[in-house]
Amino acid sequence: MTSDSLLRAFTLLLKRDLTLAMRHRAEMINPLLFFVLVTSLFPLGIGADPKLLQAVGPGVIWVAALLAALLSLEGIFRSDFEDGTLEQFLLSSHPVSVLVLAKILAHWLITGLPLLVISPLLGVLLGLPGDAIIILLVTLALGTPVLSLIGAVGVALTVGLRKGGMILSLLVLPLYVPLLIFAASAVDTAAAGLPVTAHLSLISALLVLSLSLSPLATAAALRISLS
Amino acid sequence: MTLNEFLHMGGYAFYVWSSYGLAMIVLLLNVILPLRQRKKLLNDIARTARRARRNTT
Amino acid sequence: MFRMFKDFFHKMASPRYFYDISGNMIPWLAAGCLALFLAGLYYGLVKAPPDYQQGDSYRIMFIHVPAAWMSMFIYVVMATAGAIGLIWHIKLAEVMAISSATIGAWFTFLALVTGSIWGKPMWGTWWVWDARLTSELILLFLYLGVIALYNAIDDKRTAARAVAILALVGVVNIPIIHYSVEWWNTLHQGPTVTKLDKPSIHLSMLIPLLLMALAFKLYYAFVVLMRARCEVLERERHTGWVRELAEKK
Repeated sequence: MTSDSLLRAFTLLLKRDLTLAMRHRAEMINPLLFFVLVTSLFPLGIGADPKLLQAVGPGVIWVAALLAALLSLEGIFRSDFEDGTLEQFLLSSHPVSVLVLAKILAHWLITGLPLLVISPLLGVLLGLPGDAIIILLVTLALGTPVLSLIGAVGVALTVGLRKGGMILSLLVLPLYVPLLIFAASAVDTAAAGLPVTAHLSLISALLVLSLSLSPLATAAALRISLS
Repeated sequence: MTLNEFLHMGGYAFYVWSSYGLAMIVLLLNVILPLRQRKKLLNDIARTARRARRNTT
Repeated sequence: MFRMFKDFFHKMASPRYFYDISGNMIPWLAAGCLALFLAGLYYGLVKAPPDYQQGDSYRIMFIHVPAAWMSMFIYVVMATAGAIGLIWHIKLAEVMAISSATIGAWFTFLALVTGSIWGKPMWGTWWVWDARLTSELILLFLYLGVIALYNAIDDKRTAARAVAILALVGVVNIPIIHYSVEWWNTLHQGPTVTKLDKPSIHLSMLIPLLLMALAFKLYYAFVVLMRARCEVLERERHTGWVRELAEKK
């Protein structure tokens, strides 16, 4: 097993997942629609006062992103689990954590990136100033991979369960709290015109931490779930 | 302090005693439940063993 | 001397030996716990004077603070036991991990509710998003996640290993969560000093606090052994020694 073949395995898996997702393009829309819908519900629920919306906007958008990510996460291993491909991954000579990373990357490209693209629109809907919308984009760019990475561990633990979806939320949402706090606060602070380097550094730290540890934990969890 | 003062807790009686009462309940519960579970388990295991023996004889 | 410890640990790995030894330890631990509780209650409720600012309501601290300490201590123990079970495949470590989960959850619940009750006369509301209470709330969710995952998986061994991973992920996250919530709290709470802080505590209040903390530790020790024995019986129910034990009763 050379590093060359590992790179090939990684890219092959990535391409495969992306191709499969492209064939079911309609399903890609769902998390996006959910994101927009949930965000739109808030003005309806709490009133359309612009100052209020601007105050809660960052938090609302980020919570909606969390929930949308959670919703889309379930599919990351499901179809592979059901047709036995997941077992093949575990039996292959490649380190499972690298294969897992390929799948997470594919998942993020399919579900996280669209959230990123539509978020400026949502920022406008809630009346966020331009500076804040830019920082919103940055926090989502750094944060949505973290959502996929942390979520993957939860999915790996629950992939074999019947009612996996319910437990997944319970397992993963508490782990999302620090990201939520730093990201929403960053957008808030940017809206006030203050510097956000501290916030972004902290979010980047979370990204690096989850990037290094999550594939390993996910691989271990997959091994356990499929034993 | 007198017994009355003790129970009164400077006016905070409700708060103090409900906290301590809740703690007592939680602590007792966590002792009683495993005890009962152990008895139940042993009974269950004994019953299964008896049934198994009856079926094989 | 070292041989004795080695033998002890080797024997402890056997469920049957553990069951017997723990059965002997429990009464002693319980007695010590009771003694410490009574001492702590006496010093806390009777001997310690009322607080200059909070009157007698501060006495809730003698329940709230040790409960919070235990909630975090037990999580670390649970994660450690889980890791040991995962790495060295020691059944007993797995048993200790899951036995600790429910107890830890109860302590977290107790810390939350007593914290809320203490807050009412102090802050005027039943709940405040105080940094530590919020962290405790998230800790409760982490515990409930462990319990839910364990109950959702049929095979006990697989369940124990899955839960070990979850606990390890949680234990890495706990300091991060604490820090982020504290940081969040200072942003949103302003300069209010939390009354749950004890920057410098008088000896007459420190003694009952430590007594209660020790009492809680001994309580955890004997209660976790009780739960662990149940777990052992469940896992080993098909072995000869368990069946003998059951039919003897």
